[in-house]
Amino acid sequence: MSLLEVDDLAIHFGGVKAVDGISFAVEPGEVFAIIGPNGAGKSTIFNLISRIYEPTRGRIRFDGQDITRLRAHDIARLGIARTFQNIELFDHSTVLANLLMGRHSHRATNVVQDILFLPKVRREERAHRRKVEEVIEFLELEAYRGKMIAGLPYGVRKVVEIGRALAIGPRLILLDEPASGLSVEETQDMAFWIEDMRREMGLTVLMVEHDMSLVTQVCDRVLAVANGRPLALGTPAEVQGHPDVQAAYLGTERAS
Amino acid sequence: MELLQLAVGGLANGCIYGLVALGFVMIYKASEGVNFAQGDMMMLGAFVALGLGNGDHLGLPFVLAVPLAMAVMFCVGWGVERVVVRRIFGQPQFALVILTIAMGFVFRFVAGAVFGYTPLVMETPYGGQNLNLGGVVIGYADLIAIAVTIVLTVALWAFFAFTRIGLAAQAASQNQLAAYIVGVPVMRVNSLIWGLSGAVATVAGVLYASRGAIDPNIGLLGIKAFAAAVIGGLGSLPGALLGGLIVGLVEPIAGRYAPGEVAQMSPYILMLVVLLTRPSGLISQVQMKKV
Repeated sequence: MSLLEVDDLAIHFGGVKAVDGISFAVEPGEVFAIIGPNGAGKSTIFNLISRIYEPTRGRIRFDGQDITRLRAHDIARLGIARTFQNIELFDHSTVLANLLMGRHSHRATNVVQDILFLPKVRREERAHRRKVEEVIEFLELEAYRGKMIAGLPYGVRKVVEIGRALAIGPRLILLDEPASGLSVEETQDMAFWIEDMRREMGLTVLMVEHDMSLVTQVCDRVLAVANGRPLALGTPAEVQGHPDVQAAYLGTERAS
Repeated sequence: MELLQLAVGGLANGCIYGLVALGFVMIYKASEGVNFAQGDMMMLGAFVALGLGNGDHLGLPFVLAVPLAMAVMFCVGWGVERVVVRRIFGQPQFALVILTIAMGFVFRFVAGAVFGYTPLVMETPYGGQNLNLGGVVIGYADLIAIAVTIVLTVALWAFFAFTRIGLAAQAASQNQLAAYIVGVPVMRVNSLIWGLSGAVATVAGVLYASRGAIDPNIGLLGIKAFAAAVIGGLGSLPGALLGGLIVGLVEPIAGRYAPGEVAQMSPYILMLVVLLTRPSGLISQVQMKKV
């Protein structure tokens, strides 16, 4: 069974059909990319899956469960994590606090227990801290643990956001342009991390990306979209060679 | 000695300003706007406590009336967010300003309709009693105002720093999108914050009422408390308290040593000076964006 199934998904903002009839399925353990020109509706698809937008039409199923009508704060608990194109972090907090916040949906203690700092709270706290330390080690963030987000360079903030997504302990991680704004070396690190997320952590990865070298390197399958409509679905090579995709990128008119 | 006497009274006053300012800041962080009904929530809280506690009304014991009034005002704050504020979410900031100013009028009218406009005195176990410390006369009400403010501040700090839900509130105030995707029910947290600020306003109202009579217009004190919040830095809880204490201390001292109406204006003069010299307040959480 597919881990994520998107069926005839659409969202219209007034007369603008930002996403209009997108269907795809992501298999467990797969690295799947959505590509397309700017404004194609890629990030909108992410916002629909993470329930920030309300779809006009269509269904989203995660692990067999219909999540089309769930609320945005229910998604983390199910095991879906994401990053944003413009990096959404808690800027006035430390890296450690940001990553610990990723554990929020796993905390089960109430206000009274928290205030009294009961053994149960301490036990939970230690477990969360251990999980977060694993993430810090994986992404090599040791040097930044106590630093405020607001003062960190772009590339590091990008990694911290992925760290927070991993701290959620997801089965599916959505990465919105993980390589944008990164140097060549940083992009290479990103490729290794994505590989490891799949291999070592058993994650399924869905990403939006412009950098075709990264897509070719790490992705199993690619869905190309333009103007909210699907263009082609297949291996990176197949999709790149598809005449409709080339037309969308190069802007050449095709007689259809 | 005289200065010390003024300082104690000013400090007690400043605590009340500080608590109302705390409410301003909490809501500013949750709903990204100023609740101009905060002073009126204080007034309403005081009247609810008076209505529950005073002999000629329900006559409940004071120690029961105050927590009950806090619970009632928690529900009022929570309900206001649920029913009204949530509907204008995403509108420009002035929408919330106009809305809360109007709400203030409604609260004042309700209090006036129920309790009338003649000043009423709240019956407290410690009303009118003084402590004489070597010439400095300190009212129990002043001491209790200071002590309660300290306790409440520590409790709020612990709540926001250590509890799951307090941390969620902090997260939601820093970045709503990010809060959502880690599983924070942002809307529910905002309702809770409005409820909390209603309860805190009630405490301020009771402290105020135990130092003098109250009428439905005492909520105008909220304007001074707003000045205090701006002085402290509108996004900072410790800043709100600090601003409150500063305003509270400066007022009586200016009243004693400066001519005429200066004391009345002092909170706003202070606010102007702070805005001109440190636009983001004494304790600022806003960091300059590098361009």
